[in-house]
Amino acid sequence: MSDASLPAAALPRGRLARQDGAAARIVLIALALGFLALFLALPLAIVFIEALARGWQAYLGALADDDALAAIRLTLLVAAIAVPLNVVVGVAGAWAIAKHEFRGKSLLVSLVDLPISVSPVIAGLVYVLLFGAQGYFGRVLASYGVEIIFALPGIVLATLFVTFPFIARELIPHMQALGNAEEETALTLGASGWRTFCMVTLPNIKWSLLYGVLLCNARAMGEFGAVAVVSGKIRGLTTTMPLHVEILYNEYMSVAAFAVASLLALLALVTLAAKSFLEWRYADQIAASRRH
Amino acid sequence: MSEASIRACFHRTLPAVALLASLFAVSGARAQTDLLNVSYDPTRELYREINAAFIAEWNAANPKKIRGIRQSHGGSGSQARAVIDGLNADVVTLALAGDIDAIAGRAGKLPKDWQARLPHNASPYTSTIVFLVRKGNPKGVTDWGDLVKPGVQVITPNPKTSGGARWNYLAAWAWAERAFNRDEARVRDYIAALLRNVPVLDTGARGATTTFAQRGIGDVFLSWENEAHLALAEFGAGRLEIVYPQLSILAEPPVAVIDGNVDAKGTRAEAEAYLRFLYTPKGQAIIARHHYRPREPQHADPKDVAKFPLLTLVTIDEAFSGWGKAQPVHFGDGGTFDQLYKPGR
Repeated sequence: MSDASLPAAALPRGRLARQDGAAARIVLIALALGFLALFLALPLAIVFIEALARGWQAYLGALADDDALAAIRLTLLVAAIAVPLNVVVGVAGAWAIAKHEFRGKSLLVSLVDLPISVSPVIAGLVYVLLFGAQGYFGRVLASYGVEIIFALPGIVLATLFVTFPFIARELIPHMQALGNAEEETALTLGASGWRTFCMVTLPNIKWSLLYGVLLCNARAMGEFGAVAVVSGKIRGLTTTMPLHVEILYNEYMSVAAFAVASLLALLALVTLAAKSFLEWRYADQIAASRRH
Repeated sequence: MSEASIRACFHRTLPAVALLASLFAVSGARAQTDLLNVSYDPTRELYREINAAFIAEWNAANPKKIRGIRQSHGGSGSQARAVIDGLNADVVTLALAGDIDAIAGRAGKLPKDWQARLPHNASPYTSTIVFLVRKGNPKGVTDWGDLVKPGVQVITPNPKTSGGARWNYLAAWAWAERAFNRDEARVRDYIAALLRNVPVLDTGARGATTTFAQRGIGDVFLSWENEAHLALAEFGAGRLEIVYPQLSILAEPPVAVIDGNVDAKGTRAEAEAYLRFLYTPKGQAIIARHHYRPREPQHADPKDVAKFPLLTLVTIDEAFSGWGKAQPVHFGDGGTFDQLYKPGR
């Protein structure tokens, strides 16, 4: 084979590869879009179609039902307790892991990830084993009349467990990337530790923190498995929105079930929209804080 | 963000925190004046009507009012487990005596002879197990023997968690014992073949009903009689029909006050009156309306009573020497169900 023949032979093959690439690209894009439409957009649309199957009046009536309102209130309450607690603990944990070196740090990192790898059912069951009437602390708690399982505290505990990693996981890589230089500068200029945190660290991580809070909140309101185990399913008292959806569906009240489900779906959409809006509105700031 | 702005932000969130705290307080106060009825899956519609009737009657006659009766529904076994783990039930209305025995045995919250405290073995209503099939009965299922035919898909919940499924299982077993002249090897073959025709085990009767009627899975659904009628009403008689086998089991779903809980909450009088209400003429009429077989049919609407065909019903006591025996032998760890159910093989 001579050297001169090489480019001649390579040229058509290259053109063919480019054509292949275009075809493959179209097929892959169509596949991805089709998949998303079929398995994400369609189910989401069906939630709203089913919810409005008997018109707006039935839809609003289903949401104004006492038990539905109680479920919405409980869900908001649980999220209002769980999310702030996770913010405090998540920021503290991320701060410790990202900015300091200490013994057992890798253990702490793995513990932060633990709730993601553990099935939510297990998360619920361990609290039943700890605080249930037959559990380790059950008799002591019962003698003081403290109810944890099948009441609000149990639901909050289970939600805390499953939502814990969301904020810390969002913060740790960002804080590690930021490094310690700015904090060290603030400290050498005489700022207190708390002042350094409020005026240097917090402004730098606020976008990651906000993402973490959005994700954590979405999961806290949507959690089913762990909460189902500790709820006792008392209608109007210990049923969160996801549990209430299941109860209504099982009672053949599909309009009511999908009406409540549509609120949860709306929450997901609002979360997504808020995240996209923030990314678009503050793109330069986010890029700047990431670059630090 | 400056310290001042953080402080301002904190002050702005304070009212919201206070509002949430007040919501918490309200829900806490409400919990104390209610009764809690922990029940099994198919009774949702029945107790909705019973509760309204009982509250009206009680509040008209008593100075201490009942604000509401809360309901919790699920598979009978898992509901019993929740009460054992501390679910604060005033009364339990479960699918079978074995589950209330478990509460008495493990939690000690009611005496072991609880079943003698109310008439008719503490069961204000009975029911039985029937077949629900698709319109026109395309697979020609008429009796228990047809369930093991190849290609017939049978829907039944998991007997480990569902009371109804345990009645299903024992009804099939009782039929097979008679059909095969108590030849235990053939009975076991029959049950194993039946379980091989079950594509999915739901945890409760209601989940199984939805699987069969709404998702359209399976050819025959072993169902509580009342649940079968409800499914007919929900999904239209044009799509489903009920087949009565020649023999079935007399299911006695019992009720009991949980002494430990009502004494702690001070609701004993209300809880006991609530269960006694089930035995009154008014209670029995509501029971028949929801397709449970009333103990005293003379109080029910004859039109409702006419919907209960006569069929041979064996009792758990005569066929299995009671739940005390049947529970460990068939559904305990390593019992006949564990031996005969081989999913995916």
